[in-house]
Amino acid sequence: MSVTALKTSKAFPDLSRVPAVDEVGVSERVARFQTRSIKKASKVEALKMILSMIDLTTLEGQDTPGKVRHLCQKAIHLHDALPDLPHVAAVCVYPTMVGVAKQALEGHDINIASVATAFPSGMSSLDVKLDDARMAVDAGANEIDMVISRGAFLAGEYGYVFDEITAVKEACGDAHLKVILETGELGTLDRVRRASVLAMHAGADFIKTSTGKIQPAATMQVTLVMLQAIKDYYYQTGRMVGMKPAGGISKAKLAVHYLVMLRETLGMAWMTPEWFRFGASSLANDVLMQLMKQSTGVYQSSDYFSKD
Amino acid sequence: MATPENKLAFDGGWEYDPAPEGVEHIRAKKRYGLYIGGKFVAAEKGRTFDTINPATEEKLARVAQASELDVDKAVKAARKAYTGPWGRMKASERGKYIFRIARIMQERAREFAAIESLDGGKPIRESRDVDVPLAAAHFFYYAGWADKLEYAFPGRKAKSLGVAGQVIPWNFPLLMAAWKLAPALACGNTAVLKPAETTPLTALKLAEVIADADLPPGVVNIITGAGDTGAAIVNHPGVDKVAFTGSTGVGRIIQKALAGTNKKYTLELGGKAANIIFADAAIDQAVEGIVNGIFFNQGHVCCAGSRLFVQEAVAEEVIQKLKDRMETLIVGDPLDKNTDIGAINSSMQLEKIQSYLEIGQQEGGTMHQSSCSVPETGYWCRPTIFTGVSQSNRVVQEEIFGPVLAIQTFRTFDEALSKANNTPYGLSGGVWTDKGAKIFKMTQSVRAGVVWANTFNKFDPSSPFGGYKESGVGREGGLHGLDAYVKLGV
Amino acid sequence: MAAADKAKQRLAVAKTYKIYIDGKFPRTESGRYFTLEDGKGTVIANICRSSRKDFRNSVVAARKAQRAWANASAYLRGQILYRIAEMLEGRSEQFVAELVLQGNTQRHAQKEVEASIDRLIYYAGWADKYQQVFSAVNPVASSHFNFSVLEPMGVISIIAPDDSGLIGIVSNIAPAMVGGNTCVVLASEQQPLCAVSFAEVLHASDVPAGVVNILTGLRSELTEQFASHMDVNAIAFCDGSRKVAATVQDLAADNIKRVISRRRMDWLSDQTANPYLIRDTQEVKTTWHPIGT
Repeated sequence: MSVTALKTSKAFPDLSRVPAVDEVGVSERVARFQTRSIKKASKVEALKMILSMIDLTTLEGQDTPGKVRHLCQKAIHLHDALPDLPHVAAVCVYPTMVGVAKQALEGHDINIASVATAFPSGMSSLDVKLDDARMAVDAGANEIDMVISRGAFLAGEYGYVFDEITAVKEACGDAHLKVILETGELGTLDRVRRASVLAMHAGADFIKTSTGKIQPAATMQVTLVMLQAIKDYYYQTGRMVGMKPAGGISKAKLAVHYLVMLRETLGMAWMTPEWFRFGASSLANDVLMQLMKQSTGVYQSSDYFSKD
Repeated sequence: MATPENKLAFDGGWEYDPAPEGVEHIRAKKRYGLYIGGKFVAAEKGRTFDTINPATEEKLARVAQASELDVDKAVKAARKAYTGPWGRMKASERGKYIFRIARIMQERAREFAAIESLDGGKPIRESRDVDVPLAAAHFFYYAGWADKLEYAFPGRKAKSLGVAGQVIPWNFPLLMAAWKLAPALACGNTAVLKPAETTPLTALKLAEVIADADLPPGVVNIITGAGDTGAAIVNHPGVDKVAFTGSTGVGRIIQKALAGTNKKYTLELGGKAANIIFADAAIDQAVEGIVNGIFFNQGHVCCAGSRLFVQEAVAEEVIQKLKDRMETLIVGDPLDKNTDIGAINSSMQLEKIQSYLEIGQQEGGTMHQSSCSVPETGYWCRPTIFTGVSQSNRVVQEEIFGPVLAIQTFRTFDEALSKANNTPYGLSGGVWTDKGAKIFKMTQSVRAGVVWANTFNKFDPSSPFGGYKESGVGREGGLHGLDAYVKLGV
Repeated sequence: MAAADKAKQRLAVAKTYKIYIDGKFPRTESGRYFTLEDGKGTVIANICRSSRKDFRNSVVAARKAQRAWANASAYLRGQILYRIAEMLEGRSEQFVAELVLQGNTQRHAQKEVEASIDRLIYYAGWADKYQQVFSAVNPVASSHFNFSVLEPMGVISIIAPDDSGLIGIVSNIAPAMVGGNTCVVLASEQQPLCAVSFAEVLHASDVPAGVVNILTGLRSELTEQFASHMDVNAIAFCDGSRKVAATVQDLAADNIKRVISRRRMDWLSDQTANPYLIRDTQEVKTTWHPIGT
């Protein structure tokens, strides 16, 4: 099948060709990424890159317009004491908060991502999910973070999951679609790999690990498996798919290890906010503290960095 | 698969700054004598040689060169300790000394790691995470055996042999010293150990540990020198047991030299391991296994997975992924924490590897090397693979002992197996498949002493290691490793 | 004996002692022989003086048979060894007579044959147990399942003790074969008869062709062949001078052959029957596999 045919026809993938994943081998590879020692200029560069890749997120039942406006303010003013900082890639909110965010980010080149499709469980009808996505897009979201139906996936109803993703993708229109696998509920890396393949073939622009509501959320292990799936898909189709680990990445050091992993798995082309995101709420401040430490040589306190 | 249009790029963006391991904490001397009878002494004839840093070609230290006279002194010191305090000591007390060695090594782990990388060229990541911790663990493991030998040999009484003469190679200098000394001591023997002439320093540091652990003088004697010193140990009539790790060529000479003596011997020799990748394998982990198999320690590994067999259905994919992975391997300063592949151990070894690169190409193989740069001074070899080669090629048959992989494809299980076994060697092997039954069939059928299934190049003190066929005689490590250092009586 | 008496008596049929290669009983391809005499100088039999070519053919047969024999179940190997013992028991009178003919006392011969039968039973019982005694699951620090098991070395050349007609050869063949090895054996030069008859017992006991090959001949001619052959994995030799031992190891080193010296052992003693003799011709194989999902 030609590359273009695959891109447009959304052919259901041959899942029997999805390679097996060995959990221990994955962990060994991850451990090796973690031995990389990133110092000096390369560290500063990495920290800034991380900031630029953050989807600054608030996904609470208690979210209010006030809270979302604070978050957007933070997205614009990460830490004005440090010059030459990039801004985050996006803010990520519930559909009902998209309008607030849009207003707050007016005039800034920051994307608005919204979770949708009965986030976080995905336990609703397709119609409701599509309406959910359309509502977010209509309110101004240009990125939609959908969840897959894990129950259906675990029951082996891959066709259902596939069709659901293609339908949401269509509902998104021009908005970028990030497909959340909720890897913490998939149980094995084999399933993570399989779900990644399914999502990419169904049209995902990004694949994303987690909602942040289930533990474990993002791990380097599942992220590596997803990056490797992206690589295979790219080699097979020529289409780049982005990656977003989300949940549980709150320390700069860990985020740097993710970048190392990205660099050594997919290479330079993916090392931009266009193709890699961190879904996180408290990562930004830890990165900022590290940057401040790099610039001043003094270890920092969170008291000096605005919460949002 | 990768085409010129969709090739992944692994350079031209964010790079890692140098992250050198500090060496200011190291306590290394500029001159070392021979460690005999609990003291560092000069060689009888006063001869010395230099050990250099293969990454910079700078001299690190001048060490004594032991002659037959020194070997004789060392063997006598070992005998005296054997018939004296060590032989008479309660086994449990012996064990406590060995535990003590393990502990001191752990305390000085960073220093050992840095010196190992300086002297031998291996990346600090490996000396820090593999060599040194495994060496300490080896002493810790065997220490516990000292007073439990009666449980290791059912129905038999294990007795010590006497003086063990031990000759070790330059690829894992400290670890091999541990592999040799720990079981020898646990079984109640004393030892004369000779490290390789290009990597004597960590063994000499180990001598300091042994002195600090207060072992009775002469229990462990560490003497430095080249091949003739090794020969003098092997041939000394006062030696009861010879343990050698090195090339099959030298192993053969030793086995012949010991003919007609009653000396017990163990030999850990060369290898040319097959690493077999089936189409149903976890491909990405298999690629990592290939990398660990051949590029670990610059390929200076007797059990290296130097012959890769890939099932045809996935050959293109595996080779492409391997090439991608090779692009991310960092070759350079062994002391840099990010270095994956350090310096080739010596100019002699580099010449040997380079000659094989030429041979491989002359024989019609297609050579591919990673595109990384290497330093100007020092001895370096970029990670290298050969495709388009077959069993009849020398790069497939002969042990290169460098970061050079020969790749062949296969169609069926039987084809892979017969080619895997089509070698005089039999040290190790690897098999990658997601199917359990196939794993057992292959691991049972490969004629090799260590078989890694869905993994490669793993080592543990409790795990016996050693070869079939021309890869050696006997096992080191684990319960089975005790056998080399005892005689069994009723 | 008077000619008239001879005419009346039935003439005994003398046995031709042949060698045993690949489940067949050929004469040596060389056509050579040596005579075996009793104490009084009477010729007992013409014995095949096997050649290096006979040895080579034996190794080929042993190599061909080895994998299938190693893959036979331990239970089956044990049963076959037990069967050999049964067959030997049934023919014990013949073996006693041959031992006596070769100069042993009746009492000693009786004892040696009984010990040989019992030794076979002893090793038959080990077939499915030595692996359990000598294997190990190794508690490695990483997330891997790691175990070490014994595997047969392969083809073993055995130079049986010269001073024993039966128990020596039985005591060396049994531990090698019970462990899945195949072997080529040089029989006692002084007392070769029982070795050949033992081959007939093996042949009648469901031992697959090539698993045991027995040659008769001169040690002076064959020892070096046994030691040097590149397709032999180990050599066990039971006597010979220190000089012979040196030669054996020297030649064995050409392919790093395992050298098992069993000189000066009292084969009649139960002390020489133990599983460590099985282990002598076993390699230790260690297998690693990750533990994960």
